[in-house]
Amino acid sequence: MVKKSPTINGGSTADLAFLCLAFFMMTSSMDTDSGIIRRLPPPLPPDAPKPPEIRERNVLQVQVNMYDQLRVNREFIDISELRNVTKEFLSNPFNDPHKSEQYEQDIPGLGKVMRSRGVISLQNDNTTSYEAYIRVQNELTAAFNELRDALSRDRFGVTFANLRNEELREAIQRAIPMAISEAEPRNDGGRR
Amino acid sequence: MSRFKDKGKKEIPSINTGSLADLVFILLFFFMVISTMRESNPLVRVVMPKATEVHKLEKKSLVSNIYIGQPFNVAALGTESRIQLNDQIADVNEVQAFILAEREARNEVDVPFLTTSLKVDKDTRMRIVTAVKQELRQVGAFRINYSTTRAQTAF
Repeated sequence: MVKKSPTINGGSTADLAFLCLAFFMMTSSMDTDSGIIRRLPPPLPPDAPKPPEIRERNVLQVQVNMYDQLRVNREFIDISELRNVTKEFLSNPFNDPHKSEQYEQDIPGLGKVMRSRGVISLQNDNTTSYEAYIRVQNELTAAFNELRDALSRDRFGVTFANLRNEELREAIQRAIPMAISEAEPRNDGGRR
Repeated sequence: MSRFKDKGKKEIPSINTGSLADLVFILLFFFMVISTMRESNPLVRVVMPKATEVHKLEKKSLVSNIYIGQPFNVAALGTESRIQLNDQIADVNEVQAFILAEREARNEVDVPFLTTSLKVDKDTRMRIVTAVKQELRQVGAFRINYSTTRAQTAF
């Protein structure tokens, strides 16, 4: 007669699993990284030809100095104004001769749109604080995002963030490119 | 009337805990799947700035982190902002080697999608950040992320 094998007491399996669970909860991190995404320009070869001159009206000069003060086209402004100043510079709704030039272009997926020749030139000091720099970058990004949102809502009825079609997204990105160029930082603050 | 009669003292049946282990295991697998191991422990103090226009970094395995901030160990390292790569304090000129090592560790097809996340303390001066960015440009790591916390208003 076959002897019945004794059953193993499974009550402690739960405790073991709890131990494992506690270990994983301690060693893992769930916070997803988030931030402002940027693409750096490739380094210039030493024999690169000089870049074409950009007309002065097409450049919005944004400078952050050693005291974290903000200057746009040589005028001190508050950071809260930067978003609207940038948007007006880029879209130039009233054809102001001091703001960026507009020209019509045919973009596949969008049709004829007005594009801006404007470029944002961002310059900071070596002693500017990172917080001020990010605040400025954030406002510039917000300006671009709001313009893209407006165009996307106008053409497709949804905001750019909710636009799922990859081709249409690219079309909007081409119509309103993130034209932010970073100039060589100044060194007014000295060693600080 | 006998049907309402107390049927004598009855013991409360014990709950079968056999499936408790299974439940906990399911919980365990859930945690194992959604979490990643905590990366290097910090050697520099990083309080990230706030921003409103933030994007989530999707593939965490394709992100390499560079920390910049004041060292915790002020006595040995001073108060000047320093760079932390992996588990040690490093110099600016070590950034390129770090990026190359990060690329080596990844699948070749993923290399163009590698993002460098700059986790910089908000009180850092821009000099060191600019130097790191120049190094990243030299080595061809163009996709960067200024790590920030999400805020409702920027000011």
